[in-house]
Amino acid sequence: MSKCRSCGEPAVIDLARHNANFCAEHFLQLCRRQLRKAIDEFEMFDENDRILVAVSGGKDSLALWDMLIDEGFRADGLYIGLGIGDYSDASGVVTRAFAEQRGLTLHEVDLREAHGIDVPTAAYRSGRAPCSACGLTKRHLFDAVASEYGYDVLATGHNLDDEAAVLFGNTLRWDVEYLRRQAPVLPSRDGFGKKVKPLVRLTEREMAAWCILRGIDYIVEECPMAIGNRHLGYKTALNAIEETSPGSKASFYLGFLERMRPVIEQAVAHDPAVPCPSCGSPTGRSGEICAFCRLVASTSESEPVPVRMLLGKQARNVFDAQWGTSNDR
Amino acid sequence: MTVFVRLRQPSRVIEVRGGRTARAVLMDLELVAEAHLVICNGALVPADTYLAETDEIEIRPVISGG
Repeated sequence: MSKCRSCGEPAVIDLARHNANFCAEHFLQLCRRQLRKAIDEFEMFDENDRILVAVSGGKDSLALWDMLIDEGFRADGLYIGLGIGDYSDASGVVTRAFAEQRGLTLHEVDLREAHGIDVPTAAYRSGRAPCSACGLTKRHLFDAVASEYGYDVLATGHNLDDEAAVLFGNTLRWDVEYLRRQAPVLPSRDGFGKKVKPLVRLTEREMAAWCILRGIDYIVEECPMAIGNRHLGYKTALNAIEETSPGSKASFYLGFLERMRPVIEQAVAHDPAVPCPSCGSPTGRSGEICAFCRLVASTSESEPVPVRMLLGKQARNVFDAQWGTSNDR
Repeated sequence: MTVFVRLRQPSRVIEVRGGRTARAVLMDLELVAEAHLVICNGALVPADTYLAETDEIEIRPVISGG
């Protein structure tokens, strides 16, 4: 049986990128250290700041909220009901239970109640990919709620795997504008609030392990709309590299932040944002309503579209096995 | 000797040969260790853990695509 590198007690996890095994206590300690290092290195926030954590019911966001509270930060949660059928219902239950058990403040926005839309219908009516409609919606509402309640910073659970996969995709396309914007901290500017990603030094395997060891109940099943998406394909490719060359994901992403992003930041100008004439939120399109308002305008009069209708064959098979075959879902 | 293993996405239970490490089972199932955790009788365990017939095993994927 493998032993903990720090204390010699039986290990609970092997971390190839550290070439070491750890017991529960020293694994959690390692995670806390990596979290602190990211917060301090990238000047994300301090103990005086009010933090709004975007929580989905998944492992990363719940682990992040737990870690921030554990470290003594002032962190409240924001859950958005995206209307993705049974998956959203189950996510909401898990998130509310997490907050209630710990006596934490959780803000909630139900997309259909507040704006008359849901992600499957918005994707179907607008022609956007479901993950694109979802991301656009979440970014808009994160900003709006953080601003409404006066939070100093919005924190999301993006981890090292997420950031490495996004970087991989942006690099494959040489999308320099997205590469410029890919940072663990986006400072407040032009009406956008400050956004941070405190988990960028931790992998999603480590975050799942954190949840298991801390007794955090989270939604294990994948969002049905994300099954088979391009982002997952990038992660699969990077994990195949990581298997033969441990530490590759960290050196790819952290090396980009240290050595390449400063070069791109200097070379690529960014366009200023202006208030949306409809909702007042910042947008890059002067004189036009923002992308979220366009999405609402194109969707809000529509009858809800069931999740199942938007899925490809592979995703539908997984969805049916998990949630049932009813066409209403 | 066989071991029952719970998999996800979708959730299901399969039967595999036991008396060997979790790493060997992962390889058999063509599952990448970097993308999974092994839970044995409710506790997180490293991949070099031997799986016995009476163990309750879950191989949990950790990748999410949102």
